[in-house]
Amino acid sequence: MKTKLITVAVLAAASALTFSGCATNESTTAATGTLSGKGASSMKAAQEKWVADYQAKNAGVTVNYSPDGSSAGREAFAAGAVDFAGSDRPLKDEEMGAGKFKTCAADSNALNIPVYVSPIAVIYKLDGVDNLTLDANTVASIFTGKITKWNDAAIAATNPTAKLPALNITAVHRSDGSGTTNNFTDTLNQIAPTIWADKASDDWPAALGGEAAKGTSGVVQAVSSGTGTIGYADVSAAKNVSIAKLSVNGQTLSPDASAAAQILEQSSQIAGRATNDLAYKLNRTGNAYPAVLVSYAIVCQTYANPTQGGLVKSYLTYVTSTEGQQAAATAAGSAPLSSAIQTKVAAAISTIK
Amino acid sequence: MKITSPTATKPSAAPNPTPDPKRHGDRVFAGLAAGSGIFILLILALVASFLVVEGAPALFANPTDLATKGYGEFASWVAPYAFGTVWAALLALAMAVPVAIGIALFISHYASRKLAQPLGYLIDLLAAVPSVVFGLWGSIVLAPAVRPFYDWLNTHLGFIPLFSGNLSGTGRTILTAAIVLATMVLPIITSLCREVFLQAPKLHEEAALALGATRWEMIKMAVLPFARPGIVAAVMLGLGRALGETMAVSMVLSGGANITFQVLTSENPNTIAAAIAQGFPEAYGLKTNQLIAAGLVLFLITLVVNMIARAIVARRAEYSGAN
Amino acid sequence: MTTLSQNLAGDQLTSGRLPKATAPALAASSILLSFALSELLTGGNTAVTAVGSFGLYLLIMEIAARVVEGPRQAADRRATTLVAGAFLLALIPLISVTWETVAKGLPRFDLNFFSMSMRSVVGSGGGAAHAIAGTLWVTGIATAISVPIGLLCAIFLAEYGAGSKLAKAITFFVDVMTGIPSIVAGLFAYSLMTLLFGPGRAVFGLSGSIALAVLMIPVVVRSCEELLRLVPNELREASYALGVPKWLTVTRVVIPTAISGIVSGVILAIARVIGETAPLMIAAGFTASMNNNPLANPMMTLPVFVYDSYANPGVDTQPYWDRAWAGALTLIAIVMLLNLIGRLIARRFAPKSGR
Repeated sequence: MKTKLITVAVLAAASALTFSGCATNESTTAATGTLSGKGASSMKAAQEKWVADYQAKNAGVTVNYSPDGSSAGREAFAAGAVDFAGSDRPLKDEEMGAGKFKTCAADSNALNIPVYVSPIAVIYKLDGVDNLTLDANTVASIFTGKITKWNDAAIAATNPTAKLPALNITAVHRSDGSGTTNNFTDTLNQIAPTIWADKASDDWPAALGGEAAKGTSGVVQAVSSGTGTIGYADVSAAKNVSIAKLSVNGQTLSPDASAAAQILEQSSQIAGRATNDLAYKLNRTGNAYPAVLVSYAIVCQTYANPTQGGLVKSYLTYVTSTEGQQAAATAAGSAPLSSAIQTKVAAAISTIK
Repeated sequence: MKITSPTATKPSAAPNPTPDPKRHGDRVFAGLAAGSGIFILLILALVASFLVVEGAPALFANPTDLATKGYGEFASWVAPYAFGTVWAALLALAMAVPVAIGIALFISHYASRKLAQPLGYLIDLLAAVPSVVFGLWGSIVLAPAVRPFYDWLNTHLGFIPLFSGNLSGTGRTILTAAIVLATMVLPIITSLCREVFLQAPKLHEEAALALGATRWEMIKMAVLPFARPGIVAAVMLGLGRALGETMAVSMVLSGGANITFQVLTSENPNTIAAAIAQGFPEAYGLKTNQLIAAGLVLFLITLVVNMIARAIVARRAEYSGAN
Repeated sequence: MTTLSQNLAGDQLTSGRLPKATAPALAASSILLSFALSELLTGGNTAVTAVGSFGLYLLIMEIAARVVEGPRQAADRRATTLVAGAFLLALIPLISVTWETVAKGLPRFDLNFFSMSMRSVVGSGGGAAHAIAGTLWVTGIATAISVPIGLLCAIFLAEYGAGSKLAKAITFFVDVMTGIPSIVAGLFAYSLMTLLFGPGRAVFGLSGSIALAVLMIPVVVRSCEELLRLVPNELREASYALGVPKWLTVTRVVIPTAISGIVSGVILAIARVIGETAPLMIAAGFTASMNNNPLANPMMTLPVFVYDSYANPGVDTQPYWDRAWAGALTLIAIVMLLNLIGRLIARRFAPKSGR
């Protein structure tokens, strides 16, 4: 009986050993470098594509991007736990400063490099209503909880032909701090200031209530599996839900890539930063679709560890190349950087050490 | 023992010249065994103290730091989660306990002896399903499935405060989370209750039946009174499990930070465990400390519940052992 | 006294009994009736049918039993119905979970799932090889930590400490330890590693193993102790009588006698922790690539893989969810298999005197 047991144990151990340690899609050569990034979940799809393509070209390098949220990425970057952060907003003036980032060399500041531009869609699920147009004040009222039924007069006013049911509106927001929330609240604050008084913030204003869901995919899943639900998410993630159009300045706008490109044209760079720091202050009050998210890669001007600096430089060069931007556009529906911005970005990346 | 040991009293001409190697082995082995026992106590103490050490920065941080770098003032931040933890667990128990007692009775006193064991295994299978699978099932299958039922509850029984309020459109309410929790604690409560029911004195049962009692009367008279402390302990253990369950709740519940008794609305209090699981990968610095401090609160709550449960079980064991 | 016995006698002898076929016949007819009603009123809702037929059965049985058999028998029948109903109710989630997992998990339960990792995989394709390897590493190390400690502690409780204050305290706290929320164990491992290696470097395979070991040790202690106590005292006494010292008696006589039970106990303990998600998410982390070094960098594990695929899907969620369900199916299969093996070993090699 003892020998039997031992045989079983040996067999089990042997099969476990032969199994573990190899995956057919991984090359067996030792990695020459590991690059780790953390941050915005909005660009997860794009990052996945970039990582896959980049690793295919550089078999020795492993890139890990954890889509844990912008604030997590910025904090991890400052604490020296990752090589670059993905963030849906540039670092603020008070967050910048040489010596504040453990990843970077002691005298080096951080750089904000725009890598991903994408519109934020207002998504909803309402049986029988495929077309929905909302004006700025209505969207703000829905998310503040002032409008609670789908057949509210304000919604009916912009959708005269839709058959709106007397159903409760379940407004879904992000439970975690996120750049999508930041950009969305900033949009509401800029386009409907009378109703949305709160300034832009990563965390959903606690006083407003509504249903909370974690991550971009959590919001999309909550909206798509519910009825009478509404939420906001990066347009790349908006699958199996309907997308509402926004009526701004008398125009009906839908979230597509061209809208995102326009908003950068009407915005300006934040003053008082280093020339290589490409941080933008978005102006959403023009005629472009207002809810646009610009995601940045936050990197060091000079890395404490030059090897990592070289890897970051090589990775970002691919990411912001025409090829990389086009790959993201197909994989994630993002808007490729315009050639003017691309030139600036390339110049900034080339200075990374 | 030492003096009477045969090798110790043997003269120097003994076949084994060294004094007594075996005694050494004995002492080392006993020491090892006792050491591991003490080590386990140490682990428990370590768990508590590490949580205190890593949670302390948040507990003693000044409020402005907490407001800017953490999640805000500790007590008011953790209060809704603590409430959610207890509330979800209680809802789950309210559903699980009657069912569990029923199942345990079915297996111990209703099903035929041949069937009883396989049926018991069947219920134990529920305990074998990992919580992440329950989470997947709860959010993708259960939540959409119960929505029409919630709609009905809300329209027809909305006058009861529990079911009032604005119905959630997603079905991911605290009631759904409680249903999943109830399913998860069911096998625990069932197996303990089953054990206790089987221990009920056979003589009492037979006496009751002989006096003409129906099966249900026999159970009421001979089984349930005997099993009451055991049932209480089983419920407390189930409560401990429900309080600490993480993944299923975090995947099923749309948790926020508000204290409400309404179970069908969009605004549900999150549980401590789920809040930690959702916040931890993104937390850094003081936020991590604050989450660990919340873990300490959860640890203390479950510790108290479990200690009460075990004390009841232990007292019962001594009592029945004396019999 | 006389009235009571008259009552009892009257009840038993004079009142009629419902024929034996009543219960199944009534059950069948109430299901039919309820199905017809729900078809007419709600368009054939299964849930309504089920609840309706149960309610109908309860109601009609109550009336019939009261009229024919009297209130005491009616109460008995009501209790029987409710108790059986509770059992059937518990089967619903069990069947639903199993069915959904198998149905949704099978499409991706293929060779690629077991041979590929998620490195460089976007959208469909890929697999969980890295997660399965990680699970083997993490659980294996956790077992290697907890079995010696747990077994020695059980030996102490069963052979050395019996009745002592220390043994009582250990027994009590081991029981308390079984109730530690798994996420707290994860936080503990994370805190420990943070203190040892500094912030940001606490997440790797071994931390996960430590978290699992905290959860596993009490289970091992409990089952081993129980098994050691089952070993008949005669064996120990015979060994002592031959002059064998206690530690050799324990290692050469007691443990070999109980070994099958101990093995099965350990397997069941592994089954208990292999599905843990929360502690591994915190202590072992996420990665898309194979990592065979438990001492550095995050290590993916199967439960975390399931959670991650569900919670952080890509643009098209379907392939991610398919992988999540396939992972769930694998996980359930592993746990069930371990349970089965554990029980088989326990039954096949159980010491004759055990029961």
